[in-house]
Amino acid sequence: MAAQPAGTAPAKSGLWAWINKRLPVSEFIEEQLTGYYAPKNFNIWYFFGSLALLVLVLQLVTGIFLTMFYKVGEATSFDSVEYIMREVRFGWLIRYLHSSGASAFFIVVYLHMFRALLYGSYKKPRELLWLFGMLVYLALMAEAFMGYVLPWGNMSFWGAQVIVNLFGTIPGIGPGLVEWIRGDYGIADATLNRFFALHVVALPLGLLLLVALHLVALRRTGSNNPDGIEIKEKLGADGKPLDGIPFHPYYTVKDVVGVGVFFVLFAIVVFFVPTFGGLFLEGPNFEPANPLSTPEHIAPVWYFTPFYAILRAVPNQRMGALLMLLAVVSFLFLPWLDRSPVKSMRYRGPLSRIALTLFAIAFVALGYLGLQPAEGLYVILARIFAVIYFAYFWLMPWYSKIDSVKPVPERVVYHAH
Amino acid sequence: MRIDLTCLRTGLLLALVAAATLPGSARGAEPTESAAAAGENKDGADWKTWQVNNEVTDVASVQRGARNFVSYCMGCHSIKYERWSRLGADLGIPAEVLQKQLIPPGDKPTDYILTTMPAKDAEAWFGKVPPDLSLMARARGRDYLYQFLKTFYVDSTRQTGANNLRLPTTAMPDVLSELEGLKRAVFRDVQERGEGGEVNHTLVFDHFEPVAPGRLTPAQYDSFVRDTVNFLDYASEPTQAARRSLGLWVVLFLLLFTWLAWQMKREYWKDVH
Amino acid sequence: MADHAAVADGDIDLDRRKFLTKATAATGAVGAVFAVVPFIESWAPSERARAQGAPVELDLAKIDPGQMATTVWRKQPIYVVRRTPDMVARIEGHNADLKDPQSTQSDQPAYARNDQRSRTSEFLVLVGTCTHLGCLPKQRFAAGELYASWPGGFFCPCHGSRFDLAGRVFNGSPASINLRVPPYSYPNPRTLLIGADEKGAA
Repeated sequence: MAAQPAGTAPAKSGLWAWINKRLPVSEFIEEQLTGYYAPKNFNIWYFFGSLALLVLVLQLVTGIFLTMFYKVGEATSFDSVEYIMREVRFGWLIRYLHSSGASAFFIVVYLHMFRALLYGSYKKPRELLWLFGMLVYLALMAEAFMGYVLPWGNMSFWGAQVIVNLFGTIPGIGPGLVEWIRGDYGIADATLNRFFALHVVALPLGLLLLVALHLVALRRTGSNNPDGIEIKEKLGADGKPLDGIPFHPYYTVKDVVGVGVFFVLFAIVVFFVPTFGGLFLEGPNFEPANPLSTPEHIAPVWYFTPFYAILRAVPNQRMGALLMLLAVVSFLFLPWLDRSPVKSMRYRGPLSRIALTLFAIAFVALGYLGLQPAEGLYVILARIFAVIYFAYFWLMPWYSKIDSVKPVPERVVYHAH
Repeated sequence: MRIDLTCLRTGLLLALVAAATLPGSARGAEPTESAAAAGENKDGADWKTWQVNNEVTDVASVQRGARNFVSYCMGCHSIKYERWSRLGADLGIPAEVLQKQLIPPGDKPTDYILTTMPAKDAEAWFGKVPPDLSLMARARGRDYLYQFLKTFYVDSTRQTGANNLRLPTTAMPDVLSELEGLKRAVFRDVQERGEGGEVNHTLVFDHFEPVAPGRLTPAQYDSFVRDTVNFLDYASEPTQAARRSLGLWVVLFLLLFTWLAWQMKREYWKDVH
Repeated sequence: MADHAAVADGDIDLDRRKFLTKATAATGAVGAVFAVVPFIESWAPSERARAQGAPVELDLAKIDPGQMATTVWRKQPIYVVRRTPDMVARIEGHNADLKDPQSTQSDQPAYARNDQRSRTSEFLVLVGTCTHLGCLPKQRFAAGELYASWPGGFFCPCHGSRFDLAGRVFNGSPASINLRVPPYSYPNPRTLLIGADEKGAA
């Protein structure tokens, strides 16, 4: 008999029983952890979901504490961040945890998303799971953007200027909309104040709600796996999936290892390279916002640069903004663009494999190009990679259909170590 | 990016941090007092590659830098986010020495490091208010400051009589010429044929020529600038030394935790076939 | 779980498993405690608050005999009373009416643990917050100002606590201990330094 998972041993009397009579704690644990069967063949790609949840909690906790010391306002924001960095005890640590946490969030989420592309996790029956995940990603982008404005450094200011002006490209209502978003005739105190409210209250609430929906949808369909096989279709005599194992203790102990590795890498960044060479915290943002001086080289934080590169690759302003928007929302349509009869890349043919490889290269390359000045060869390369980027999505109905497939095995592939 | 000594000493972390190193931002090898400037061309032709290679844990150097700042910079520049008492505590400067040698008369140890020059006068004299230097090392980079302080040259077309390679048309006069001496910049006339066949002339910096010696030898001046930049580096993030020393323990602890968790995971997964 | 296909008994070392689970959980718990420290510490007075809490000086020559000056040290009102010989005399003779005449239960530096609760009889230095619930006691220095036998002192308007001219609390007051005395010293005869004494800054 395997070890009884700690904490679930039902006590007949005492406090545990008293609570359980009034709150279904035992049942919750039984349903969600020990009785929840996950495929046994998860690989390294399956760490990033739980890590995203971990970073979310980290951002909430550090964010709440930063809010205790941060003073929103044109005249006070920049000073209060330096107050946190220098005067508040361990303020520097809380701030670096939060600023590095933002980048960690996107690293983890991008890897989590790539996993879905690799193993077809967005395909039927997980379309809603995928859509909720994408909405989390969109909310996260808004959250990160507004958070970046709050220190009121010069990059904060000019980043806000550029991003908000994108809304000005909307025909007709654009200019009026920009003014409404800013609440002034330029990026100003009013803008900063509303971004603060959205960043610390509204968007986190929305994020939590979307994450909850994402998890509920996950529990309905169960996790996909590297073989793309529905384990629920092969049940044992006990009614449990033959290829499933209880989430607790097996995946909880495995996720703890992932959490440990993550924290080691995260701590190295936070304690030794918190600015990450200007990628996580940009140099110009250590100068206060100055509406009369644009930083020499303006680029968004790295997690937005793939889309920024696409924006700049297009010579027409309105088309550029439109294509950038399309680049983000293209992900939403994936469940319906993919016509392959199999989920996992393991059983797909060369076309799908080449397409995904090229897409991954294009995404990283665009991310790099978005950090470079928009001139000469960089623009030409950005155009090439942008075409590859869109081809991945919009040619998918074609190449995923004609691509060859290998037979999918009956049961998941797993080799005990 | 900074790969500091504390970090380098732990071979365990070396590989991980090195992996995080980005091109163009890596810091040179182990800094030593004399070696850093040794590789520089004396005539300044390679000024764009100069690296300061300072070390904020070298408290003596930061102390000298603080003294340099008080003597040569504080007339115009402030470090408005740093208090004198904090400076004294971080750098181990006794209260009497701090009060006597660094704090301007009339200021208290709990005051911030502010210039005595009124902003209005500064604007009238220089055309702009000299910037606060609290975060300059983070905003522009330490090598930038090092190069800036070493590439002033005589330029009679400027109101201040001086110009700078790192920050052309700077409003700052060459206040350190008393120490460094004066030098002239020699430019090359580079001719290129434009698209329409016309000849375009561009002046490209070639080298410096000494005009008048200063009170310091070139090597002494290098040390002076390095100490000063070291101080500004410290002032831009006074907690950085504490950050790195704490980080080492955190990482070691997390490695222990991860190793235990991994052993636990392997044990549990023996069930899974 | 033994009957389940994916999870089967092998030669499992349950002791090792238990040990590793406990070791990991214990290490994790230690880590969690460490992780909480910076967040708790962040609520402590900041470096700026500490710097602003540095000792403050007061020019004693500016206080006339019989008058009180108020200053602020560490966000607390500090009362400095320049007592006349008559006021000093009125401190004596009512020990029986006091809750803690010898200041054994009260909060003051050793040098203020005397009848006059001060280093010199002339100057009384008090933290001007009532030891009951923190209101500011008002000065009622004249004899008989509150009632016939009133020797002069402080009266708290919130809940009626009464203190004599040494800040000692009278019986019948809701406050239970005398007004607190901050650490202080005289760097020179005309200067009072609040917040620092021979032991250094508080």
